[in-house]
Amino acid sequence: MSILPDLFLTFAKIGLFTFGGGYAMLAIIENICVERRKWITHDEMMNITVIAESTPGPIAINCATFTGYKKAGFIGALAATLGMITPSFVIIFLISRCLDNILTWTVMANALKGVKIAVGLLILDAAFTMIKKMPGKKLQRTTMVCSCIAMLLIHLFAWNFSSISLMLAAAAVSLMIFIVSGAPDLKGGAGK
Amino acid sequence: MLKNILRKYGDLFFSSFRLSACTFGGGFVIIPLMRKRFVQELGWIGEEEMLDLTAIAQAAPGAIAVNASMLIGYRVAGVPGALITVLGTVLPPLVIISVISLFYQAFRDHAVVNMVMAGMLCGVAAVIFDVVRGMIGTLLRQKRMLPAAVLCGAFLAVRFFSVHAAIILLVCGAVGAADAWYRDAAGKGSAKR
Repeated sequence: MSILPDLFLTFAKIGLFTFGGGYAMLAIIENICVERRKWITHDEMMNITVIAESTPGPIAINCATFTGYKKAGFIGALAATLGMITPSFVIIFLISRCLDNILTWTVMANALKGVKIAVGLLILDAAFTMIKKMPGKKLQRTTMVCSCIAMLLIHLFAWNFSSISLMLAAAAVSLMIFIVSGAPDLKGGAGK
Repeated sequence: MLKNILRKYGDLFFSSFRLSACTFGGGFVIIPLMRKRFVQELGWIGEEEMLDLTAIAQAAPGAIAVNASMLIGYRVAGVPGALITVLGTVLPPLVIISVISLFYQAFRDHAVVNMVMAGMLCGVAAVIFDVVRGMIGTLLRQKRMLPAAVLCGAFLAVRFFSVHAAIILLVCGAVGAADAWYRDAAGKGSAKR
């Protein structure tokens, strides 16, 4: 199948050019796989985000596996995942081999600090896009704002609260709303 | 001798496999657990070295958890070690997500599943906001003008002028480097930083 090299190369490019880990990658995966390649739809991308966050494993790997699987089954998943890790492997190998003291160069360390600012912003932008593209249901936006406020409060009181328990709580709340309101209009759900 | 090497490879594989299979969330969650396993329990890596590895894992492109496991494998047992730890880290999500994808077509049009997914998406947004809050918080605690100014500028560029992400990364990196170079020069010229 000719899509395998394509999957491998696309995810290698994503892996090579994203700094700052999985969350920063979400925006770029959305940009390439949804808008440019049209491999998956926006709604599928949102579902992948949810699944990637609530299953074990690095988020970037989860996204690559899901997209690859959808396009070409297990072999496709393998190709996309391999593509994702190959650039990191080469770069890490080179760093460990030749540039052991790379972080002691002041200029290098400061350039990385600058990059870190950009990474934080790109992640924030991904979250904004997520909210903006959400189907226009007041209920969901309210839930989202509430869970963000909850997260801030949790931080303020320094409670130990893992992201997975927050996800479970969010799932429980939406199930409850579903039961209370009978069968609401589901066209606004994340899957449609 | 051979037996010892094999046992080390086995330990590396199963340690990274277990960490990857049981940890929810990305690199920020898994690195403290890696430290616990490889520094405190196995004693293969020093505390200082682990800090360096963490910094490199975050600075290099790609997934942070994968980078960290590669670095640990490489330090412990060279290239074969790195291959083994990567395999151990990637295998659990590869299998889990493939199984989920298999059933995805069947359950994605189900009303209840949709509702739960929509609710969990809100949770994801909250988690993402929390990560950003942490990153920007450490930034503002330095109490310097430049990072705050760069932050505002980059925000405007991304949000309202839709500048490409790669350009933002490059410019921010360049500003950081120039700042270091300038402060270095100023520090040599006069005594005030």
